[in-house]
Amino acid sequence: MEILFDQSDVLRALLGGGLIGLSASILLIFNGRIAGISGIFFGLFQGPSEQKNWRLVFVLGLLCGGVISILLLPDPFSSRVQTSFWQVIVAGFLVGFGTRMGSGCTSGHGVCGISRLSPRSMIATIVFITSGILTCWLVGGV
Amino acid sequence: MRLLVSGLSGILFALGLSLSGMTQPHKVIGFLDVFGKWDVSLIFVMAGAILVHGSVYTLTRRRSAPLLDSQFFLPQRHHIDRKLLMGSAFFGIGWALAGLCTGPAIVSLVSGQWEIFAFLAAMLLGSWLVPKITG
Repeated sequence: MEILFDQSDVLRALLGGGLIGLSASILLIFNGRIAGISGIFFGLFQGPSEQKNWRLVFVLGLLCGGVISILLLPDPFSSRVQTSFWQVIVAGFLVGFGTRMGSGCTSGHGVCGISRLSPRSMIATIVFITSGILTCWLVGGV
Repeated sequence: MRLLVSGLSGILFALGLSLSGMTQPHKVIGFLDVFGKWDVSLIFVMAGAILVHGSVYTLTRRRSAPLLDSQFFLPQRHHIDRKLLMGSAFFGIGWALAGLCTGPAIVSLVSGQWEIFAFLAAMLLGSWLVPKITG
C-alpha cells in the first residue's frame, strides 16, 4: 500500500469541496431542495412537469459551470475514462441502477445526507465507498 | 427567482467538482485504490463540502421554510432497508469501474468525450430499470 499525498491537490480538493458545500447550501436555504445530483437528474425524466423546471435549470447550470471550468482551470477533463466501451456501459448502468435503487449518490448521501446526520446517508456512504474500494482492489486500480 | 438560484447552484457545483478533481476519473479511482496507490486527496472534497454544508444546515434547520418556498423538500425515509444497501453497493461498483459518478458525468459532457455520452445513456437505462424490477 502506497499513500499519495500532494498538498496542492489536497488544497484544491478542500476548496472544490467547499464550493460544492456552498452550492448545496444555497439550494437548501433558498429553494429548500437537496443537491443530490442523481435525484435531480432522474427527476427530469419522471414526475409532474412543474417539478422539472428547476431541475432543468440546475443541470444547465452544471453544463455552464463545466464550460467555465474549461476557461478557468487547466484541463479539468484531461483524464479520460480509461476503460473499454463495455466497461463504460456496465459502469454507467450500475451507477444509474445503484443510485436510483439506493436513492442517492456522493452528493445526495455523501454531502447532504451526512451534513444532516442522516443515518441512512451515513450507512449508504460507507457502503458505496467500501464497495468502490473492493471493486478497485479486484479490478486492479489505475 | 428560484430558477436563478437553481442555475447558480448548478454552476457553483460544477466549478466545485472540476476544481476538486472529481471530474478526473484517474483521481477518483486513485482515491478508491486503497490497496494499491492510494491518492487520499478526494476525501478532502467530502470533508470540505460537509464542513460548509453541515454548518449551514445546523443554522437553518430550525426554520419552518426556506427563503423562497413554502416548505423544505427533505427525504422522508428514515429506516435502512435492503434497497439502500444493495443500491449503494451497486453504485460503488460502477463508480470504481469508470471513476465517474452522476455529477461529474453530467459536467463532463462539455468535454465532448464519447465515453461520457455512453456512460450517461447507460445510467439512464439502469435507473429506468429499477422501478420495473422493484415495483
